[in-house]
Amino acid sequence: MKCTDFLKELTDYLDGRLTENLRVELDEHLHWCHECHVVMNTTKKTIEIYRDNQLYELPEDLRNRLHQAIMTKCRGSKPGKKTST
Amino acid sequence: METIQKGVGEGITSELALVQAAKNGDLEAFSDLVRRYDRNIFRIAQHITHNEEDAQDVVQDAFLKSYQNLDQFQGNSKFYTWLVRIAVNEALMKLRRRRNDRTVSLDEDVETEDGSIPREVADWAPNPEQLYKQAELSDILKKTFQGLAPGFRTVFVLRDVEGMSTEETAEMLGLSVPAVKSRLLRARLQLRERLARYFKSKQAGDGQQ
Repeated sequence: MKCTDFLKELTDYLDGRLTENLRVELDEHLHWCHECHVVMNTTKKTIEIYRDNQLYELPEDLRNRLHQAIMTKCRGSKPGKKTST
Repeated sequence: METIQKGVGEGITSELALVQAAKNGDLEAFSDLVRRYDRNIFRIAQHITHNEEDAQDVVQDAFLKSYQNLDQFQGNSKFYTWLVRIAVNEALMKLRRRRNDRTVSLDEDVETEDGSIPREVADWAPNPEQLYKQAELSDILKKTFQGLAPGFRTVFVLRDVEGMSTEETAEMLGLSVPAVKSRLLRARLQLRERLARYFKSKQAGDGQQ
């Protein structure tokens, strides 16, 4: 397996969506290819960092204000119908 | 009182029952749907627009539009899937307006191939996030993410931040599954490449603290 072939399967490999045979092939490639091993590990870390560091949480006071604004607009409207204004 | 949040679409009353009630004019039911998904929609909008004001508008407009178009919601997909699709379109529209640029779309800049060939293969420090204070780390992550094309940002936030499946993401964005996979790979590799400059492991004696 070439590095470019490994790379094509990287997303499915990280998501655990490969067939057993293909996964074994990729594991073998990783065993001897240091560069692909680093790319795989750091890509995995990239995903984890973005998933774990909730960058944009909605503060509770803003959440309440938005909720109020949405419901006020909905009250002036009807489900399935736009307001006449 | 805290709302029990088990994750997207796993509330106590079924999503479909709430949607049905809202269609029949039950505003409380719609209010429950807003509470169920507002955090997710805000996060998605912020990741795409990188502007809090725009993200707030997207949250309001997406929920209002979904309410006004409830009769068009057939129930073939989940309400949340439909809602995200509306929100993503609103977010991309905000970007277009802000940049006065009609080319902002899910397809912008996604055809370049070189994003999938890693150039940077140096390993990272064992716990790279600990190299920076939380605020610094957040800035780095935001700045890096902002550098991605909108089409990549959108796929990455749905798949890797919100944890949607590839199939759900494809449905939300009106893309094919292979298109989502290809964009996700490029988005992940581009982010990795850009983060490497901050997270590379330092050489021995390089002044590590």
